Amino acid sequence: MSGYGKPGSGIGARLLRKEDARHLHGRATFVGDIALPGLMEIAFLRSPLAHARIKSIRVPPALRENVYTAVELGGVKPMQANNSIPGFKSSDYPILATGKVRFAGEPVALCLGASRALAEDRCQALALDLEELPPVVDALAARRSGAALVHEAWGDNLFLVTSTDTRFDELSGQADVVVKRRYKLARQCMVPMEGKGALAYWDDRADQLVVYTSTQVPHIIRTGLSLCLGLDQGKIRVIAPDVGGGFGFKCILQPEEVAVAFLALTRRHPVRWTEDRREHLVAAANAREHHYDVTAYADRRGRLLALDAEITVDVGAYSVWPFSAGLEAAQAGGNLPGPYAFDGYRCKTYSVATNKPPFTPYRGVARPGVCFAIELTMDAIARAVGREPKEVRRENLVPASAMPYNNVTKKHYDSGDFAKSLDLAAEKIGLAAVRARQKGAEPDGRLIGIGFSTYTEQTAHGTKVFAAWGIPLVPGYEQAAVRLTPDGGLEVRVGVQSHGQGMETTLAQIAHEILGIDPADIKVVHGDTALTPYSTGTYASRSIVMAGGAVSRSCQTLAERIKRIAAHLLQCRAEEVHFVRGEVHGPRGHVTVREVAHVWYLRPENLPEEVDPGGLEATVGYKPKVDSGAFSYATHAAVVAVDPEIGSVEILDYVIVEDCGTLVNPMVVEGQTYGGTAQGIGTALYEEMAYDGAGQPLASTLADYLLPGAAEVPRLRMFHMETPSPYTEHGIKGVGEGGAIAPPGAIVNAINDAIRHLGAELGDIPVTPRRLIEALMKAQAGAARGAGK
Amino acid sequence: MKPAPFDYVAAASLEEAVAALAAAEGEARVLAGGQTLGPMLNMRLAMPSRLVDVGRIASLKRIGESGIKLVIGSGVTHAMLEDRSDPSPTVRLMCQVASTIAYRAVRTRGTIGGSLAHADPAADWITALMLLEAELTILGPPGRRTVPMRDFMRGAFATALGPADVLEAIALVKLSPKARWGYCKLARKSGEFADALGAVVLDPARALARIVVGALGGAPLSLPVLAERVAREGSGAATFENAREAVATAAPGLDAVDLQLHSAAVRRAILQALAS
Repeated sequence: MSGYGKPGSGIGARLLRKEDARHLHGRATFVGDIALPGLMEIAFLRSPLAHARIKSIRVPPALRENVYTAVELGGVKPMQANNSIPGFKSSDYPILATGKVRFAGEPVALCLGASRALAEDRCQALALDLEELPPVVDALAARRSGAALVHEAWGDNLFLVTSTDTRFDELSGQADVVVKRRYKLARQCMVPMEGKGALAYWDDRADQLVVYTSTQVPHIIRTGLSLCLGLDQGKIRVIAPDVGGGFGFKCILQPEEVAVAFLALTRRHPVRWTEDRREHLVAAANAREHHYDVTAYADRRGRLLALDAEITVDVGAYSVWPFSAGLEAAQAGGNLPGPYAFDGYRCKTYSVATNKPPFTPYRGVARPGVCFAIELTMDAIARAVGREPKEVRRENLVPASAMPYNNVTKKHYDSGDFAKSLDLAAEKIGLAAVRARQKGAEPDGRLIGIGFSTYTEQTAHGTKVFAAWGIPLVPGYEQAAVRLTPDGGLEVRVGVQSHGQGMETTLAQIAHEILGIDPADIKVVHGDTALTPYSTGTYASRSIVMAGGAVSRSCQTLAERIKRIAAHLLQCRAEEVHFVRGEVHGPRGHVTVREVAHVWYLRPENLPEEVDPGGLEATVGYKPKVDSGAFSYATHAAVVAVDPEIGSVEILDYVIVEDCGTLVNPMVVEGQTYGGTAQGIGTALYEEMAYDGAGQPLASTLADYLLPGAAEVPRLRMFHMETPSPYTEHGIKGVGEGGAIAPPGAIVNAINDAIRHLGAELGDIPVTPRRLIEALMKAQAGAARGAGK
Repeated sequence: MKPAPFDYVAAASLEEAVAALAAAEGEARVLAGGQTLGPMLNMRLAMPSRLVDVGRIASLKRIGESGIKLVIGSGVTHAMLEDRSDPSPTVRLMCQVASTIAYRAVRTRGTIGGSLAHADPAADWITALMLLEAELTILGPPGRRTVPMRDFMRGAFATALGPADVLEAIALVKLSPKARWGYCKLARKSGEFADALGAVVLDPARALARIVVGALGGAPLSLPVLAERVAREGSGAATFENAREAVATAAPGLDAVDLQLHSAAVRRAILQALAS
């Protein structure tokens, strides 16, 4: 929907992204682009086995000086990410494997060299002697007693088990229809364009360890490094330079970045580690793997009365800092009800330790899984009661008239019209026409199906939500610092980090909205602990709500000070002046912001007596009136053609109707949604990190781990709705994660719709040709058996 | 992901390449376009002591005709084959095959000879050149020899090339102007290696009817009985059941899903050929 947007350069304008020039000209600076004299590169020796005791690591004497194992890192503390949910089991996440290795790809030792190739040569000269232990590969099997143990001290493999029950027995007993399903999502890697990288050196002049790292959360990394290294936070400066995508992979402290910091601190020369694609695929397959057992209880129209769910999350070997091994399951259990209004809910979650890389919150955090589960269940209910899935879905949605609405898991939905997004999606994709087309046969023998998926996306959830999880990170007020420069430009400094979100543009648009300064003259500074106010960083679709709100508030404070000086210059009262496009107008004339700045900085003798001594620089904190989250939502609709002979799926049409409150820049919202949807298509149809029985990852290149490419992502047709949040500055809601949430539900519902008449249904993703053909063969065998009776 | 140290020789001629390979006593590898060998070196799956680069040998980049034959230098890139505009069936078929290999950046460097020498069962040229009954010219220490495609590939990633041999050229008899062909590649996404390949030529003027099924555990397999039936009966013989029977007989080890995919690829290639 390329025309949607407001004129001008403020909130709502389709302003071209300020940051794109350097990227398009290849002039951006990523960690890998930095050159420093004396820089040494690091290569990690990684465990070839999934689970083993380390008997010895033999280091050739000539290499000793440039090789480190856990012994040489002795003074460094392991990461420990606990949460306060009752029953959570604590564990250490070592920087280099200590005692045993818990996943194939775990760093065991590191080597330094003048180049990465030399460092890798040295790794190859090490001899690692491992005693293999039985691997824990399957999360469901790992739950059973008698399973091998990832962390022996626990006595089981359960990081955390939770259970909730709200009126379940009462309401499930009233059901006419009971629908039971199992779902499974594959383990995925996040695969940002730029992998992880970190470079560190000691700055003698500043008396500081300077760490350049590809992160979403520089201030949090500073805290984490301080804990591991035992170094005061004032002695650490963390800089996130250009960062090529994060998706959650870069919002945790990684052992490799602690190792880099330790080496720079102790050796006093610059060191760098650059994650390569193979390391990323093998050692960072850390997302999405959920198992669901869902039973839905509905009336004969398909109205959901109660839901029973058992969710198992394959969390991998360690608890990541700061988000912990319990966050994914907590989010899954809390978000499974999605946009639907029902009152009976029973849910048990298992966060299971296995010999796989540790689970990290990936774009959508649990919601792609729960959305997939509830959306497939919604279609299964519709089939069970013999009604159009879109209609059953619509009747179950929280109605707009009920907003704000507290759902069965006590999520507070602030605003929106879910049914309208569904209706609009059905209209735009042509539901009636697709149903008519399905009545005839396709000339190429393919089968047509249509699927919908509606979700809510809790964004910018704040203090209360995180405090309830009790993890090492709890966001409070978000601050922004703004400063008028002597020539009338504006510097905006924020502690969040922009790595593709376009915040150098959108935050400038918000500042422009308040002060009228041309966005070209507004410089947004981010990603550096030395230059920006403290922030927990960019994650949970929070930055445009939190940092955007803080920029707005700090600009409002600055505006009052500018008006005071302007009124003096215009010889009127401050109440009589107002901003017009970067100028301050009074009853008898106007001055420019630039003139006000000139007076403050260079002609202070012309200032009024009652001027604010804070000057033209302000740091103001902000959080929304209600900080349990601003809920964005959308409906995705897909039409697919399934070829039953070769198991292929082509997406013929794809419609998105989204509502993220006030749009700051529709083009940026669309970009975020396109990217997320591409990742969701990957989840639905392509991406899978499979493990064999020994816990060996079966993909180590992008030839084995399939990502959707340009040819696999169809033209996405996007439509906007705008329901401002009643709680946030300007009514803004977050939107970073939403695109990734809905595609598996919409696409697999469409596939199941296409093959429904064959008696087949899929619940495991990605839907590969093999899975699709096997489901069809199974249905055919079942039909043959049925006919035989 | 950086290569282990190796010694690099840029050969100026084929003879020089063979000599450089022979001198390394089995520890050397030929570098052509590097699109497969490059990643293998980076991942240290291949750690040759020497790389002999044949990329500067001009004669390997020629495409020529010799009587009824088309002769393609082993250094010809996929892109060079993709870009040919000649309307003859042989060239159209090769153009089609080339265009499905990876993506354009890979095709501008990757070579037909490199692909054959690597002998990945799922690669396109292995199957396409088996279909076209190509003959390969190989230069080794004892001299030049010719090996027919059916004897060249001995299994997955195994060929008739010795440690000091260099593949020089691929020769094939051109199809007649009225020849019909079909090539069906089933892959999970565009440009991927195939999950199943079916390839067909029907050239009555040369009394030629061939069907090849590829992307198997080893070398592609010919389906002569099915080919004869299709040549004789036309579309009536192009049923899924016939294709499945032929594939199941030729490749008895396939599981049910692979059998279905390969049968479908074969059938679709036949239908393409008949419709052309």
